[in-house]
Parts: sequence; structure tokens; C-alpha cells
Amino acid sequence: MAEIIQEEKGKGGKKKPKKGDAHVDMTPMVDLMSLLITFFMLTAAFSKPKVMEIVLPEKIRKDEKVEPPKIAESRTLNIILGPEDKVYWYPGKADPAVTVLQETDFSATGIRQVLLDRNRALFRKIDDFEQQVIRGEIDIKQDSLANAIKQLKKDDDTGPIVLIKAYKTSKYKNFVDIIDEMSIVGIARYTFTDITWIEENLVNAALGIAPVTPAPAK
Amino acid sequence: MPKIKLATKSPRIDMTPMVDLFTLLLTFFILTATFRPQEAAPVDTPFSVSEKPMMDANVMTVVISKDNRIFFNFDNGPDTILKFRPKILAEMGKRYNIEFTPDELRKFEKSGASFGVSIQDMKAYLAAKNSDERIALEKGIPIDSADNQLALWILFARQVNPAVQTMIKGDADTDFPIVKEVLDMLQDKNVNRFNLITNLEAVEVTEVTPE
Repeated sequence: MAEIIQEEKGKGGKKKPKKGDAHVDMTPMVDLMSLLITFFMLTAAFSKPKVMEIVLPEKIRKDEKVEPPKIAESRTLNIILGPEDKVYWYPGKADPAVTVLQETDFSATGIRQVLLDRNRALFRKIDDFEQQVIRGEIDIKQDSLANAIKQLKKDDDTGPIVLIKAYKTSKYKNFVDIIDEMSIVGIARYTFTDITWIEENLVNAALGIAPVTPAPAK
Repeated sequence: MPKIKLATKSPRIDMTPMVDLFTLLLTFFILTATFRPQEAAPVDTPFSVSEKPMMDANVMTVVISKDNRIFFNFDNGPDTILKFRPKILAEMGKRYNIEFTPDELRKFEKSGASFGVSIQDMKAYLAAKNSDERIALEKGIPIDSADNQLALWILFARQVNPAVQTMIKGDADTDFPIVKEVLDMLQDKNVNRFNLITNLEAVEVTEVTPE
């Protein structure tokens, strides 16, 4: 557009068109455009929020005669989300006389370490597998990689079965954090269940609150 | 011997092709950019290491704000011709004996924002002229057992669009019991697969601890 009148053409003739006039300085325009392009490119790429998928077990309704699945006590790890980002955990079954709640937090040395200690075998397996893929020893496509890891988790029978419970004053953030920890550590089996009154009292005791009376059995 | 002439041409670079290209790119990005409608309540989602991006279509989102109000949103489907939004609203209106005019349905279809009003207030909400009026009406969708409108919204959303996926977008500081209530309700409706909307965490630590 700015080059319609070419400089060479006017050389011989006397009627020289004024040089330079036809040039429009496009630098500011280019500046602005690059800025706008950068802006739109970045917003297009980063505006998408991420999602974290969780699958909860089907609820057993009262009228259905289905027993809840039995799980081995030795593999059970209970995690209770407490107030102020505290996390309590205990292994096995809750017994008001015996069970002692361990208090920890969401830091890398907190609950993650607890879970990692119990899930080391599976974590190793997944990690080894991923390393092999990175080194190119196993040729696998990106989408079947996720499936292969899923299969590894499915076959696992040593890792803990984690039951997550939430105390009434916990926050939604804690819930997301703990599920996040599950995926970081590679826990194969975890679920979210209701807190029992025994556990509630254990947390109350840890917080120094008077115990609540047991709720009538449903 | 001919003299060596210095080039008299100005050192200007012709920027026209560059500008052309930039214009094209800019047009492309402007057109493909999707502008999200303004959300009724600010929600700071918690962080996670999940890298799965959110789906574009076929989603219904339950938004739980910091002050424990519940909002709901669903999209028009993968193709705008499908017009899922007005269909779901019409179904909901039928249930509560509220007749929505085509004009109101169109307005609802276009808005695309999450809403936190009871169905009884929906007409006033759609007629609201400015955002102040709208905000005043947004008391949250009732979820108590006497009038569980959120459950009905979810029911109709799934009836109209069977492929719909459930998203939960909660504020990090929301009290958990209300989230639990929503989860319970979704499970009652046989929705067991949820997607929690999160932000990608800046620092990711997956350390391998030695034995």
C-alpha cells in the first residue's frame, strides 16, 4: 500500500514525485499489533482451567440388599481432614479406646510421606515404568501410557486403601489437596466416605472440644 | 572506470508483508478467542497438579461460592443449534408452572453465565437491566430437601443432554459440609464421576524418596 509509487520510476523524468512522502511509518502499527497478538495468543492458551477427575463409589441405598465391600483392615488407612489445614490419620479400624490420631499437614513431609511409605512398591513400579518410557526402552503412545499406569494400579495389591473423611469445619481446599496427594503418590484405591461419630470424637479430643453424643444408628 | 556508486536507496524496510501477516494472525486470534461471561460470584479455585484441560462443551457446572451460595451453569452443547440452555430452562419452567416467553428463553440462551437464582426469581432475573439488579436476586439456588431445585436442574440437564459431564467449581475457602451436600445430592442422582475445577499448581514436587 505504501509502495505504489516506486522511487526508481521517477528518476529520469523531471516531474519527480516527492520522495518519502508515500511512505507511511508503520512501526507504531506493527508495535501495537504484536502486542495484541501476544495478548490474544496468551489468553487463548492459558485461560482454560484445569480439571481433576474423581470417581466416587456408588451409593448403597437403604432398600438395596447389597453389602458394602469388605476391605482388609491391615491395608486401610484413614485420613481425616481437620480444621485449619490439619490432617489426622490412623491405620486400621477406629476403636475409641485404642486408636490414636496422628496429626500432620499438607506439606511435602506431611501426609505425602505417610502415604509414600505405604505405597512405595506401587509408586516405584509406576515411576520405573515412566522412566523406561522416557529413556525409550518401552515404546508406548502417550494415551496408552495413562492406561498402562491405570492397569498397574489395578493390579496392585499391596498399597493402602485410603478412606478420606472430612471433619465438619474442614474446607473444600483440603478436599482437593488430599485427592491431589493421592494422584501425586499414585494411590490406587481411595475413596471418600462419611465421618463416623467415633472419629469425630477423636478429632474433638485432639482439638480439645467436648465429645459429641453418638448419633442414633441409621 | 565506472565509479562505485553508493546506494541511494533509503534503508527503509518494507513492512507491508509483515503487517499483512500480523493482521491475519490478529484477526484469527480475535475470532477464535472465547470470551467468558462475567461470573456472578468470584470463585478462587484451589490448586492441584492435574493437567487435564476443561472440556469445551457438554458440561454442567455447580459453582459454590465462598459465602456458601450455589450457582449452576450448563452450556448450549457442542453445536449452538442444539440450544440446550433454553430447552432445560423450559423443562424447569414446566415443572414449576412458569411459562417463559421466547424472548426470555433467547436471553437465557445467550447469557451463558452461571446463575444463582431460584426458578421463581428467574423471570425477574432475566428481565434485570443491569448487573446490580441481577446480583441482588442471586441468593443461591435452593438445595434444601423441601425444595431442591439444584437436583431438578441436574435432572433436566441430564435428560436434555445425556452426554453432559459434571463439574464442581468451589472456592478454596468454602466450608466442606456444603460441598458434601452437593456431592451427596449428585450421588443420589447416580452421578459418581465428577471433575473438580482447579488451577494448575505452580510448583510440582514429586520427589523420589530413597529407601
